[in-house]
Amino acid sequence: MSAKELKGFPRDTALTQDSLPQGIRPGGAQVITDETDRKTLAAVFDRLIPADEYGPSATQAGCLEFLDNQLAGDYGDGKVLYLDKPLHPKNEEAIMKAPQFLATPRERYATGVKALEAYAQKTDGKAFADLSAERIDEILTGLEAGKIDLGGDVDGQAFFELMLQNAREGYLADPLYGGNKGMAGWKMIGFPGARYDYRPYIDRRGEDLGLIPVSLIPED
Amino acid sequence: MMKIRQKADVVICGLGWAGSIMAEELTRAGLNVIAIERGAWRDTSTDFPPAIDPDELRWHTRREMLQPMSVETTTFRNNTGQNAAPVRNWSAYQFGWNVGGAGTHWAGMSWRFTPWDFEVYTRTVERYGKERAKGMQLQDWGVTYAEMEPFYDRFERIAGTSGYAGNIKGEKRKGGNVFEGPRSRDYPTPALKDTHWMSKYRQTVEKMGYNPFTVPAGNLSQAYVNPLGVSMGPCTYCGFCDFHGCGNFSKSSPQACILPTLMRRPNFTVLTETEVLQVVKHDDGQTAKGVKFITKEGEVGFQPADVVCITAYQMDNVRLMLLSGIGQPYDPATGKGTTGRNYNYQTCSSVSGFFAGEKMNPFIGGGALAVQIDDFNGDNFDHSDVDFIGGAGIMGFSTNGRPIQNMNGLRPGTKRWGTEWKKGYARDYQEAGTIFCQGTSMPSQGSYLDLDPTYKDRHGQPLLRVTFDWNRNDQKMARYVTDKAVKIMKEVGGTDISVDNQAESSWNPYKQHSSHTIGGAVMGKDPSTSALNTHLQSWDVKNVFVVGASAFPNNGGYNPTLTVGALAVKAARAIAEQYVKNPGKLVGA
Repeated sequence: MSAKELKGFPRDTALTQDSLPQGIRPGGAQVITDETDRKTLAAVFDRLIPADEYGPSATQAGCLEFLDNQLAGDYGDGKVLYLDKPLHPKNEEAIMKAPQFLATPRERYATGVKALEAYAQKTDGKAFADLSAERIDEILTGLEAGKIDLGGDVDGQAFFELMLQNAREGYLADPLYGGNKGMAGWKMIGFPGARYDYRPYIDRRGEDLGLIPVSLIPED
Repeated sequence: MMKIRQKADVVICGLGWAGSIMAEELTRAGLNVIAIERGAWRDTSTDFPPAIDPDELRWHTRREMLQPMSVETTTFRNNTGQNAAPVRNWSAYQFGWNVGGAGTHWAGMSWRFTPWDFEVYTRTVERYGKERAKGMQLQDWGVTYAEMEPFYDRFERIAGTSGYAGNIKGEKRKGGNVFEGPRSRDYPTPALKDTHWMSKYRQTVEKMGYNPFTVPAGNLSQAYVNPLGVSMGPCTYCGFCDFHGCGNFSKSSPQACILPTLMRRPNFTVLTETEVLQVVKHDDGQTAKGVKFITKEGEVGFQPADVVCITAYQMDNVRLMLLSGIGQPYDPATGKGTTGRNYNYQTCSSVSGFFAGEKMNPFIGGGALAVQIDDFNGDNFDHSDVDFIGGAGIMGFSTNGRPIQNMNGLRPGTKRWGTEWKKGYARDYQEAGTIFCQGTSMPSQGSYLDLDPTYKDRHGQPLLRVTFDWNRNDQKMARYVTDKAVKIMKEVGGTDISVDNQAESSWNPYKQHSSHTIGGAVMGKDPSTSALNTHLQSWDVKNVFVVGASAFPNNGGYNPTLTVGALAVKAARAIAEQYVKNPGKLVGA
């Protein structure tokens, strides 16, 4: 898009590239290309959203592909964020009641995932991905509570929140973005997805409407 | 080399609701109008048709229709003793960034303020004495509800607002809002339907002796043709409304209500992806020459005009005045100066409950779909025995069931991850109900806007600095109405009740539920306490009009948009009927 002088009603009403959503791109990983990093993240994601009676795990539902695609685009770039200096971490956190960063989501993953692996090697003497489910849960619980120091520039608690946010986004966003395969996340809660007209249903009180979810893209 | 464009009668800075309304009025009056809009052209068929709109990740989570912080943000602090920090990430602020402004992505709650809101100082002193006004910077707007009524009516007709009147020319009607000011006629379209949660809420508050009504909405209940000849469609309760566009032409917006007519007028032009940097004054400082702008490609230009309308978002209205030296910047230490004065907000709390075994079907929703009681709003109840003024509308709402947004809406104590989260969300998605208290906000001497000394925008201009925290009056008010909401939630049968009263802790932009930012360039009859007269004309630079929620000296317990629209009609008519005939300080202001 560029600056335009418009007089009269624009006649060109074709969908532009700008109008269309930027869904998952085919062709494998673009950002999380290191095998150890992928395994570490997969191990985290599948404890955040494990496979159980309520549906598949995060990685089974495509959440890692979702994350990779998000990190490859504007979100990973932090394109919308205000990243100007100076950063006064203590003051900004005191005022905003949450840590503030100049690093983009892509940069935060790059350092965070490596810090997780380093932590596992240091405390358990093995790769993060090889830890037991119980041990991973223990680490995630510690990160969530702000009780585990991942060292360096990584704020463990904030990184946990970022991973939790993105894993669940992937599980619940339209399959167009690579996650929520088979609309598993929507089926789990009973959300009918990208429907656009509930006039036939609004007068029905407290019923299970049994609406099969629909996506913005075909299922196969 | 600055590109100098041909002079226009009127230049409009920001083509959202206020800009579109004014452009429509002024072009119809025969004036040549140029609008300059920072965002891109967006329209229903191209940008948010039904095949594109129902996409939570894109529109709600990533907020693709909102102005990014990298384009412009604010800095924030609670008081002058602190160093302000920039708002780096998405927060409560929801500024527009397209032709149509925030009017494209808004939810649609379409309120008139109560007669009391406009005369808060006079009426408070009359009813409760001078002592009650202490500790606040209360002042009347200089207009009454009765004077605003025709302008409210005009905006509602353009917007097609759905609702059921509770007061027509003084006649109270059960089922409508019996506390509202007298209306000249009913709403253009009937009220929306109730969802299951709304009907439960409605029956309960009725039983408790309150007066429930359907919230007036910019979500139309049926097809409608507005006075500009634009056709709108019925709302389908799709649940992808606030933060999204509307693929049904059923949400009131500049796109759906004004632009189809406005764009076809030969005396109207819009410059898109072009940002106004500042208003440029003549050497005498009494009038403006026009505005300096920069295009997306970095080309700087100048648009001369006889009249300058600043109709950006509330924050940017104040910022443009400060950047352009219009009026004296407010000093919180002395209370002197008017640009930046009386910044206020919206005092909110919510009460959530759960209903075992219910099927609320929360995905059936609309941005403004709610049942409200106004029994505790404004001055609708006697405040003799309490030590605050103001109140809140208390609503049971059904805006959406977007899965990412609601993923933490679980019974308190449920883990946010693991099988426990999955089990909890599978259970609670259908069983949650929330009551929202949307309360008044009173100005105080220490809450204001000025330019930040450190942080700049992408063009190197200072960001706006917000200094704000809750005042004692509003905190007491919030406690009182939240307690009422808890009682309603218990009565309606909600269990596992949790309360989020935002006024219980220091304000910060990441913790709030309301995007309503108000004041900073307020209207009034006294140039020492207001930046604008009652026609929204700058006291200091007479051909500059500043229209938006920036003009409210205090906030009602309501969403601001309808009042913004009504003020835009008022200002535009003052320009067309008085100012162009006799340029100068407007009389009767």
